[in-house]
Amino acid sequence: MEPIKEKRVLRERGIGMKDISRRGFLQAAMGASVLGALSAVLSAVVPGKVKQALASTKVQPEKVRTGYDPYEHYYSYIINLHKCIGCGSCVRACKMENDVPTGFYRTWVERYQKGEEEHARIDSPDGGLYGFPATTAGVEGVTKAYFVPKMCNHCDETPCVQVCPFGASYKTPDGLILVDGDRCMGCSYCVQACPYGSRFINPHTHTANKCTWCYHRVSKGLKPACAHACPTGTRMFGDIKDPYDPVRHIIEEERIAVLQPQLLTKPKCYYIGLDKEVR
Amino acid sequence: MLETIGFVFPNDLHIHWSLMIVLYPYITGLVAGAFVVSSLYHVFDMEALKPVARFALMASLAFLLVATWPLLLHLGHPFRGVNVMITPNATSAMAGFGYFYSGYMIILLFEVWLVFRKDIITYARRSRGLKQTIYKILALGVYDTSEKAQAIDRKMVKFLAAIGIPGAFLLHGYVGFLFGALKSNPWWSTPLMPIIFIFSAVVSGIAALIVMYQVAMKLKGLVIDRACIDTMCGWLWMFLMITASLELLELVTLSYEKAEEWEIIGQLLFGPLSFSFLGLQMIVGVLIPFILLMIIVLMKKNMGDKVANTLSFTAATLLLIQVFAMRWNVVIGGQMISKSLAGLREAYKPELFGKEGIMMAIGIMVVPFVIIFVAEWLLPMFRYSEEQTEKLSENTTTYYE
Repeated sequence: MEPIKEKRVLRERGIGMKDISRRGFLQAAMGASVLGALSAVLSAVVPGKVKQALASTKVQPEKVRTGYDPYEHYYSYIINLHKCIGCGSCVRACKMENDVPTGFYRTWVERYQKGEEEHARIDSPDGGLYGFPATTAGVEGVTKAYFVPKMCNHCDETPCVQVCPFGASYKTPDGLILVDGDRCMGCSYCVQACPYGSRFINPHTHTANKCTWCYHRVSKGLKPACAHACPTGTRMFGDIKDPYDPVRHIIEEERIAVLQPQLLTKPKCYYIGLDKEVR
Repeated sequence: MLETIGFVFPNDLHIHWSLMIVLYPYITGLVAGAFVVSSLYHVFDMEALKPVARFALMASLAFLLVATWPLLLHLGHPFRGVNVMITPNATSAMAGFGYFYSGYMIILLFEVWLVFRKDIITYARRSRGLKQTIYKILALGVYDTSEKAQAIDRKMVKFLAAIGIPGAFLLHGYVGFLFGALKSNPWWSTPLMPIIFIFSAVVSGIAALIVMYQVAMKLKGLVIDRACIDTMCGWLWMFLMITASLELLELVTLSYEKAEEWEIIGQLLFGPLSFSFLGLQMIVGVLIPFILLMIIVLMKKNMGDKVANTLSFTAATLLLIQVFAMRWNVVIGGQMISKSLAGLREAYKPELFGKEGIMMAIGIMVVPFVIIFVAEWLLPMFRYSEEQTEKLSENTTTYYE
């Protein structure tokens, strides 16, 4: 448990390094010096795993300065459905962070209400952008109800990259699926190929667009905007190449599920508490 | 706000593949189908099809020339389209398009040139002025019309027509594969898709030729060759039966298996698509032409030319609608189902104007006919040989030129 806590402290300080404000800088500098001392002590006392953990962390000031090495990371995402309250903060954060056009969603939240009918009643007004109206109208005898946030699963065997005619859509070494907007010709084949409805054609740029797990933030040691904004800890972002990352521990130790596993796309978005109604 | 039934993924509300993507397989289908008709004569020596063989080849080329237009109009960045050929992604089904298209174009251009070579030389010698210059350019500097040269031409035509059949099937079956190989969409994902596309392409090609041939004969004041119409109707009837069987097989299997996706596909076909699927594709497009063609094929001995022509014209026109409806139901229908498999869009209407609109589609469909008119002006396709004229008069059919 101890090393994970250390790691968290390190990450927090690392984030602080990116703030240019004087206060942030001083805080980070202080944190870094404290941690430097701590790591020196720790490495002297417990060399093995802890030393390794500290060495692998990407938040040491030198690393941030020298740039980001995508080969040192491999990201995954955990969505704990027991915690989601359907507030829509993630959708709003994503819209703001990524300038997502109106009517399109890089992430969205679905609400499921299971009553006496065979199938659950599902809705997602404006993708959950404004939260959900408190209603159970039309559903008799609701026995369970839950929210399911969704986004690009950044599949390892992704059909969207497979079908892109000339590699405008590609997979990064750290496992993200991205679109090169300067290369994409807007044929929409990837939009059709995605089984999760995660992609769309941006009406302004006329190119394919999708969730990037906020690569611009992630590559600087920050969390994606959605995970950052989530007030309940439903959304967790992590690096599975980091042996002490909590997300890695959940994937390794907990019972998790992915969306549409029968399609064998190998999603990297894992769900805790996924119901059979959800596709 | 768009009307939906059930739950649709928020990004699934949009129909990204529009009318243009309906038009593209329709046009390549006509290309492949017309080519098959011409090959039935050139490869399989089906003499009855001689009156339309050259015309079929030219029609195939005319449609192939515009086949890429709807695609380019659809693209958000058409000028980047050339990358498909420069830096193709080997795993993408779409990456092969440029090669299949160009390869087929080369085969077709070469075959058209060989078929019309003798005529080109004759006209180059006969005409004067600008027209002569055009013929001289078309002749490519070769003026050898000796028996030996013509025999080589015929052999080459036969060879090109033979490799052109798999070429046409590849060009068009491949379009079916683009849809059939997407596991994300249950209405598309079936290995039957390329086969359905190929057979319905042949249907549309033969049907288009029956219509265009009759119209051309009327315009030129020539007599419609009954044997040719009868033969085409026979083939059309057979290919219609195969196509309809395949299209129904796909549905029957899905519904009989009570497949998970049938819940939503059934809702689609009997809901928003009921007019274009049940009405146009199945009843107007399959049932009625099937009966009409059966009458023509089984009762041709007791049927006057005029009745046969009218019936075949009607059946062929309905089949052209059928194939278009089929393309529509596949392309648009597939996008009306949400990948949530829990809901669908209520309707989709293409825009009237605009680069992917109805007017543009009509405009594109007019161009091949303009090309055919110009081609007919340069290289008449319907001039009968002397022996055929004799044969026609033996059959007590009046023939005017």
